Amino acid sequence: MPEPSDRLYTKEHEWVRIEGANATIGISQHAQSALGDIVYVELPKPGAVLTKGKPIGVVESVKAVSDIYAPISGTVTAVNGAVEDDPAKVNADPYGDGWLAKITVADAGESATLLDSKAYDELLKAEGH
Amino acid sequence: MLEPRPVTVEIGAARTPLYDIHVALGAKMSPFGGFLMPISYSSIIDEHRAVRTAVGMFDLSHMGQFVVRGDSAPEWLDSLACNDVATMRPLQARYNIFTNDNGGAMDDTIIYRFADYWLVVVNASNAPKMWRALNAAKRGDVTLDDRTQRSALIALQGPRSLEYLQPLTDVDLSGVKYYYATTGSVAGMPAEIARTGYTGEDGFELFVAAEHAPALWERLMRDAARVGLLPAGLGARDVLRLEAGMPLYGHELDENITPLQAGLDWAVKLGKKFRGREALAAQAQTKAFDRIAGFVMEGKAPARAGYSVYAGERRVGDVRSGSPSPSMGGKNIATVLVPAQHAEPGSRLNVEIRGTRHGGVVVPLPFYKRKK
Repeated sequence: MPEPSDRLYTKEHEWVRIEGANATIGISQHAQSALGDIVYVELPKPGAVLTKGKPIGVVESVKAVSDIYAPISGTVTAVNGAVEDDPAKVNADPYGDGWLAKITVADAGESATLLDSKAYDELLKAEGH
Repeated sequence: MLEPRPVTVEIGAARTPLYDIHVALGAKMSPFGGFLMPISYSSIIDEHRAVRTAVGMFDLSHMGQFVVRGDSAPEWLDSLACNDVATMRPLQARYNIFTNDNGGAMDDTIIYRFADYWLVVVNASNAPKMWRALNAAKRGDVTLDDRTQRSALIALQGPRSLEYLQPLTDVDLSGVKYYYATTGSVAGMPAEIARTGYTGEDGFELFVAAEHAPALWERLMRDAARVGLLPAGLGARDVLRLEAGMPLYGHELDENITPLQAGLDWAVKLGKKFRGREALAAQAQTKAFDRIAGFVMEGKAPARAGYSVYAGERRVGDVRSGSPSPSMGGKNIATVLVPAQHAEPGSRLNVEIRGTRHGGVVVPLPFYKRKK
């Protein structure tokens, strides 16, 4: 299934949907599927300053702990409390209800290094998924 | 994110006879003990539930299978392992631990006594080491045969295992007691059928010739819907054994953790002679040694193997295994290795998770016990 084209992706399988100065961050369909049943999500606090490529939290499945990396630099304005309470939402709807954090974007120019949905689809194919 | 574990394949990672079936079933495969093994087919939580409520089917063909023959075999095994071997009755199976001179665990094993041979099943990760150690220690008329490559192991685990397996075998399974075995045929294929397992549930382990394994697996899958059988991977198996308080080599037992430290006193027979006995007898006298304890986290963050454990401000040990526990309503359970004074149920300790301390309490093992 093609990835949504309204957002950008990282090689580490995060997504970011940029709307003007604001952005929403999550993990991809492939990421949630590869992890399996997600049981715990640890998110940054509102006000936290994120640096592109640096760890900002973790997603844990029954057997695995995975870092989440900031797809883009910015300041956290909100986190998704619903997925902290019910992490399975990330499995069920990684591109919708399973979003992780909202930020104000520090440097929109950084998005040039991210993958569009077509490039991300190709990455998944190249990785054999 | 992602890449929870390295995706690089171990050099020389081997395949069990069921590898192609696992791949066709869409299993997530990962290197384990020198083999590429299925970690999960559908969902670890679903596979766990199948084992606790119905039947789960596991490929355990990666485990080492050594056949020991000779009149002196039981006495010889007794000299290397801390639990009794020679007292085993025909067709009995018994958990045991091979110990080193310091009383540490070289491996834990189940030894089966068949009519004219003993079967020693060892951990895949320890199989090369144990093969060398057993050959180096060989004496008298003992002969050793590593049949791992020629023999597969398929386990059916769960409360409905007997009901599920009975129509497929000529053996009266109700006549096979827990931790006993027999030989017979399953789906027309010769098998050793053992009522053993590593999940805390009733179940059977089927040893069959490697060339029969794919046909047996497919036959066992055919009626899956009858009881809700699911193929289950090593991910679910690890959660199941942790809930049941069973040690995993490299976690609750290793060369530096003795069976006494792991709480396996019942399997340490100080009244007989065996390698490491003196060290274990001395340790049993002191009682002041670090030991494995059950632990339940109070918060949502799972404790994981390797995390540091604190009593107040002092680091006193580490987490040896940790996982959310479906059988405990999703609570985060763990084993910790800590000094005796902190290992008593009710003892409050903190686990450091990514720089933050999280509280929890020591509880008796096991976390889960099946209803009989």
